[in-house]
Amino acid sequence: MKVMNMVNAINDALDLMLTADPGVVVYGEDVGVEGGVFRVTEGLQLKHGVQRVFDSPLAESGIAGTALGMAVAGMKPVIEMQFDGFVYPAMNQILSHIARFRNRTRGKFSAPLVIRIPYGGGINALEHHSESPEAYFGHTPGLKVVIPSTPYDAKGLLIAAIEDPDPVIYLEPKRIYRAIKQEVPEEKYSIPLGKAKVLNSGEQLTLIAYGAMIREAQKAIAMAKQNGFSVELIDLRSIWPIDRDTVRESVRKTGRVLIVTEAPQSYGPAAELMAVINEEAFLNLEAPPTRLTGFDTVIPLPLGEKHYLITPQRIYHEIDKLIRY
Amino acid sequence: MFNQDSLDKHRALDNRMFQLLSEDGKPLEKGWKPSLSNEEIVQAYKDLLFERTADLMAVSYQRQGRMFTYPPNLGQEAIHIATGMVIKEEDWLVPAFRELGAWLAKGVSLREIFLYFKGNEEGSHFTQANRMLPVSVPIASQLVHAAGLGYAMNYNSEKAAVFAFVGDGGTSEGDFHEALNFAAVWNVPVIFVVQNNQFAISVPMSMQTKSVNIAVKGLAYNVPSVLVDGNDLFAMHEVLSFARAQAMEGKGPFLIEARTFRMGAHTTSDDPTRYRTREEEEHWAAKDPLKRLKSFIEANNLFDLSQEDELVAEYKKQIDSSFEAAEQHPEYKLDDVFAYMYSDMPDELKRQKNIYENYLNQSGGAK
Repeated sequence: MKVMNMVNAINDALDLMLTADPGVVVYGEDVGVEGGVFRVTEGLQLKHGVQRVFDSPLAESGIAGTALGMAVAGMKPVIEMQFDGFVYPAMNQILSHIARFRNRTRGKFSAPLVIRIPYGGGINALEHHSESPEAYFGHTPGLKVVIPSTPYDAKGLLIAAIEDPDPVIYLEPKRIYRAIKQEVPEEKYSIPLGKAKVLNSGEQLTLIAYGAMIREAQKAIAMAKQNGFSVELIDLRSIWPIDRDTVRESVRKTGRVLIVTEAPQSYGPAAELMAVINEEAFLNLEAPPTRLTGFDTVIPLPLGEKHYLITPQRIYHEIDKLIRY
Repeated sequence: MFNQDSLDKHRALDNRMFQLLSEDGKPLEKGWKPSLSNEEIVQAYKDLLFERTADLMAVSYQRQGRMFTYPPNLGQEAIHIATGMVIKEEDWLVPAFRELGAWLAKGVSLREIFLYFKGNEEGSHFTQANRMLPVSVPIASQLVHAAGLGYAMNYNSEKAAVFAFVGDGGTSEGDFHEALNFAAVWNVPVIFVVQNNQFAISVPMSMQTKSVNIAVKGLAYNVPSVLVDGNDLFAMHEVLSFARAQAMEGKGPFLIEARTFRMGAHTTSDDPTRYRTREEEEHWAAKDPLKRLKSFIEANNLFDLSQEDELVAEYKKQIDSSFEAAEQHPEYKLDDVFAYMYSDMPDELKRQKNIYENYLNQSGGAK
């Protein structure tokens, strides 16, 4: 075992997959010589060569579209969109082609590729550098959408994403890139896509979150524990497909649920989870399923982020309200 | 003065660059005289000096933790100052994000610029700047807006040009090509200025394009295009003036590849030592636009350069006071998050804001 942060863990997964599968290539803006603006691909070009780890011209639609071509021809491209706000020029390729290629060709062709995107706020960044676009992808039939919250999961989920036969959007919560360190096995392992993880077992309320919100949720749960509340925490890990089994079992047990996302509210993952809970555990509910999300506004620039970002105190406030409901 | 004949002689396909001054500030052609008056030249030098001073101070404010990520302009100022000299009140300025001197010329206050990079959208209001769009972080996306503005100028029979900026990396984006094509097909008065500073963050030109230069990309769309020494204020001024005059005669769009070098980092988060050599930096340091103009001024005795220290000291005071004004800007309020999303705030947004305000009331204001 080796102590890694999320940057190290993703780098390690890419390194292992480049070694294991000659079809894997890693490219995007500044991923080669520079090693990525967050240093996630650092050292990979030196080790695996410029044919396999390289800088592309500055064009996100081109990066995504060429990856589809490579994937159709049997390669395994793992591409990077430099920031969440820069994926939008590639949406046409992702929505119109990558997500649909298997279906359109009745299974003759497919697009098994991975799109890595650092995402989310809380790093005092420039405009278009703090977006939470997961709902767009979760809403797009044909994509799988994964978000790790720990270095261990980051490695296992990325390996699974690269080995998956279908396109996977792999969102990296950049706020916690270097915030959490843990022991991570050095060998190759994978974590199944579409499986949530119960991080904390509890009896009175189910808290569902993912990505950078997990850490905030854990702080809120520590406050709840001090006040004698027992909260179960589910790390969703996959936005699509949603792990109905884990959600159902937990909510049937607790009867109360709070969903926390940084993404804006309307039509977001929290809304989808509330629908799933209605379908799966309606008769077990003791309180209305509740969501704590970003506002339906543009995420503000750094001086305004304090109004937008969800704090442990706010999460705790909702926990308290729901348990007393 | 740059004219149709000069354009014909500086064929982009031959990779011929238009340049008037040598690196040490001497005219390349014997007997050449600037088309600018002595006063204009001295003013341009002062403006360039001001931009450089403000830019260096911005980087140091960031280093002091008083401002967030900032994209330095160091080495590219001649392009901005020349643009500022040519652009008119009625013209549109469509920036990317590295044109400080041109923004200032258009009437943006330093206070606003600092406020923006401190992380407040109020800094994008540009209260005193007529006809300037906000900076555009999504690379090259602003260029199609420029073509649309150009269409509106023609549609409204306005005598006004649109100056649109992008970097070398941005020329790989589809929007760059779409903008050139729209502008040409519609024959609109848009002057595209590509600041080719050699690197898109870490990626050098050689990996960005196999074209002989960027100017040739305009030719394919039948847009008159020329490669210009972007560190030569006189050359930039002449070509920009010509491009604007052409646009005002109804001759449509124009593309300028301004060849320059980003002497600083991409942004304050970037470390250029990872991807470029000291030799490369020294090669370009010799072409420094400020140094070049200063040599010209010195050789022609246009300005008593012994006053420069005093001038810079004065600028620093002025810049510091703009920064302090940005620091004293009223606190970012919750209302500011919601107020500008729609013309009238929809009930749903009011509801979301009310819920949060109720929470704040209960928590005693703690987030």
